[in-house]
Amino acid sequence: MSYTLEGRTGTWEIVVGLEVHAQVISHSKLFSGASASYGGEPNTHVSLVDAGFPGMLPVLNQECVAQAIRTGLGLRARINLESRFDRKNYFYADLPTGYQISQFTHPIVGEGTVEIELADGTVRHIGITRLHMEQDAGKSMHDQDPARSFIDLNRAGVALMEIVSEPDIRSPEEAGAYLRKLRQILRYLGTCDGNMEEGSMRADVNVSVRKAGEPFRTRCEIKNVNSIRYVMHAIEVEATRQIEVWEEGGEVDQETRLFDPARNETRSLRSKEDAHDYRYFPDPDLLPLVVEQAWVDELERGLPELPDDKRDRFVRQYGIPRYDASVLVAEQAIADYYEEVAKGRDARLAANWVTGDLFGALNRTGRTITDSPISAQALGGMLDLVSDKTINGKIAKEVFEDMLETGDSAAAIVERKGLKQVTDTGAIDAAVADVLARNADKVEEYRGGKDRLFGFFVGQVMKAMAGKANPAMVNEALKKVL
Amino acid sequence: MSLTELTIADAAAGLRARKFSAAELVGAHNAAIAALNPRLNAYITTTSDAALQAAAVADEALGKGEAKPLTGIPLGIKDLFCTKGVRTTAASNILKNFVPPYESTVTANLLRDGAVFVGKTNLDEFAMGSANITSAFGPVENPWKRRGDDAALVPGGSSGGSAAAVAAGLAMGATGTDTGGSIRQPAAYCGIVGLKPTYGRCSRFGTIAYASSLDQAGPMARTVRDCAILLQSMAGFDARDSTSVNCDVPDYSVAIGRSLKGLKVGIPAEYRAEGLSAEIEAAWQQGINWLKDAGCEIVDVSLPHTKYGLATYYIVAPAECSSNLARYDGLRFGERVPGDTLDAMYEATRRAGFGPEVRRRIMMGTYVLSAGYYDAYYLKAQKVRSLIRRDFTESFQQVDVLLTPTAPTPAFAQGEQSDDPVQMYLNDIFTVPASMAGMPAMSVPVGLGTTGLPLGLQLIGRPFDEETLLAAGSALEAAAGFTHRPALRAEVVK
Repeated sequence: MSYTLEGRTGTWEIVVGLEVHAQVISHSKLFSGASASYGGEPNTHVSLVDAGFPGMLPVLNQECVAQAIRTGLGLRARINLESRFDRKNYFYADLPTGYQISQFTHPIVGEGTVEIELADGTVRHIGITRLHMEQDAGKSMHDQDPARSFIDLNRAGVALMEIVSEPDIRSPEEAGAYLRKLRQILRYLGTCDGNMEEGSMRADVNVSVRKAGEPFRTRCEIKNVNSIRYVMHAIEVEATRQIEVWEEGGEVDQETRLFDPARNETRSLRSKEDAHDYRYFPDPDLLPLVVEQAWVDELERGLPELPDDKRDRFVRQYGIPRYDASVLVAEQAIADYYEEVAKGRDARLAANWVTGDLFGALNRTGRTITDSPISAQALGGMLDLVSDKTINGKIAKEVFEDMLETGDSAAAIVERKGLKQVTDTGAIDAAVADVLARNADKVEEYRGGKDRLFGFFVGQVMKAMAGKANPAMVNEALKKVL
Repeated sequence: MSLTELTIADAAAGLRARKFSAAELVGAHNAAIAALNPRLNAYITTTSDAALQAAAVADEALGKGEAKPLTGIPLGIKDLFCTKGVRTTAASNILKNFVPPYESTVTANLLRDGAVFVGKTNLDEFAMGSANITSAFGPVENPWKRRGDDAALVPGGSSGGSAAAVAAGLAMGATGTDTGGSIRQPAAYCGIVGLKPTYGRCSRFGTIAYASSLDQAGPMARTVRDCAILLQSMAGFDARDSTSVNCDVPDYSVAIGRSLKGLKVGIPAEYRAEGLSAEIEAAWQQGINWLKDAGCEIVDVSLPHTKYGLATYYIVAPAECSSNLARYDGLRFGERVPGDTLDAMYEATRRAGFGPEVRRRIMMGTYVLSAGYYDAYYLKAQKVRSLIRRDFTESFQQVDVLLTPTAPTPAFAQGEQSDDPVQMYLNDIFTVPASMAGMPAMSVPVGLGTTGLPLGLQLIGRPFDEETLLAAGSALEAAAGFTHRPALRAEVVK
């Protein structure tokens, strides 16, 4: 089902490409030894290089290069063994040198692809045009003083990866799925924490609209959108605006716009005529970046299993449905948790418990998998009791809730509450006999053909035995007598 | 002999032999500066007191027999090298009160080897100029005089203050930087030796950038040997400069006086350019003869792209400068002129901070990098630059070193050429190609011209073969027996 928007003149489809700025996880900045960590008092993570002092020179941080290559490999993209740094020149108060060092003409990573999966199960491949490294700028603060602006250079010079997609995205949902998938890959790789609230991942959204079969029309760029939800909203709002412009006989101008989530609209920031002339040229302070294939290979060997591969393996290895596998690989920590629970146990049962009761519990308690109140080991211990028939599924739910509350092990709870499943055929037979005796009329109806009453009898027996009876044995006993 | 007339080599020997103390040596230079600098304006900032303190430390080391190669030697430092705690201006109003909290690698290397800094020498603003007339701190006067003419002559540029100071005995040696000839041309105008090493030989860390792909620090001194001594300390790989080259620094003193038997010396036809004065052409021929006498084989070579050198230089260097100087915005350091908006502040600050030549080059550089012009100018210039480099590479398959004039004329008077920037740029016509190619080159004084002004010849060598320059340079020096001294010098003006 393709996404379209209805206008007065017919049906429009949308064309979206995303430029994602992902802050590289590294100890120090792209070209200086200053700390790249988030937070800190203003202007405390600033070297003389970052502040653009006279005679200061950039020296490339090798770890940032490794992170960019890892990311490129994770995006199944071409690694360019030779790349180059250019200067992007513009004046701004939070850009100390008056230029940003970026990779304009020769990025370190070339074409790649990201596989996304939509709610209806459709799988699409979104092309990656390129990934390049660049420096972040500092932060201008205009709200600290009525008359003055303050500058914080802590972020100035921190390494960013700009990941540019092809204009392959055709709906807000796809844009959301793409960003989530990208974030997932970056987090798996440990190359970006993907925290959009902290600004460590931001997106510029290129949007245009067209009638089916047309070539691309003029696009607008919506700058610096800082949540996935906003990206999805911004696309819809901007596409709707463009359709109106076209349908009123106007022209969409190529321009840079801002998304205002409060008013749910985009506003023009600057037109093409006002666009900066960045006067790109190769940075003469830096030599071309040449990396050895052997090093790329080494980095590749060190990569973790990526989400798509892990999902496919889970389907294969654990025999769980693709959807469940996708849910379980959403985060590395969840996948690890699941694998620990599933190890040597009924993997499907483990998947059901993790995606069902555990996720529900985490949701309710506002916890995440990494601070789950029930460890993978503890959950596994409980599943062991189910598998060896010490408890049945129903009791397991009760034990689980108790574990959540008390943190006790399943075995201890079963012991404390006396929840051990009854497999004593004598006791079961007695309970069956009692239930049937008390419901003689129902027994008649059952025998008269009302088969579905069987479930009623099972329920009554279980109830009589406080839920602790082995359900299979109850079934068997009932069948025998009935 | 006066202490201000000694060579570095002799002074170092004298200090070790305790013939005089570092305090005396430095004191003599401080006195010379006090006497002559008001006239020559070779120094923007003098550091007499700090120099005397450093001299005391040097004397202590000398007393303990712990002298290092430059212990107690008074040097002038071009005011483009950041010196920790000492004002560093780049001869610009925008940095007129800038005191760096760090030391450039080159000056740190000199300090490591015991050198004493007597002051920061004047230069063209941000090293942009060929006559040291663009300095915000006023022009430098060349200590030389034309015969029978008291006109103030330019010392050349941009390292004009360093050249004048060394020539006049206000320093035993000095640091310079050379982007398109800024060491060699003033050395020629002031009758001293100036060596621009191979690009990458000396670290650029802490040196205020003009054009990063061309800037290279080098020594200026009164003899070839003294240049070798200074270069020994200045050169070396520096991890803080990504363009510095990690290759061994040889013992340069070994090259001095080395036999030139069989050395092939190339004479590039293209340097017989229009505007080359007869006296310089005669000096060039004399140089050729001397090298022939020393056993060299003279080979005619061609560097066909020489004629594009200047034009190419005046695209590449301004392009880089327009970007390098963007950081002087009044925000974090340097002078600030307030404005109602950020842009107004930038404009006011930079208008007040930069002189006309710097503004001109920023404008040119901004233009050639602009969308729509980039391909026609910058990109094309880079292509021509690689052709210029290829010219040199190919000629160095035939010869070991090239001999050319350093500049088309001797020093001219202040005001003589300053109206027409293009005329001014022509002073660098012979020095720019080696800069564009990154080759090492040196100017050696070989005699006096018809008006009694020093003339220099340029040697250009293979990358990282400064030794051949020093060897051939010392041969020229010996043959020329250049012992002339300028009219204005410490020894005579007291």
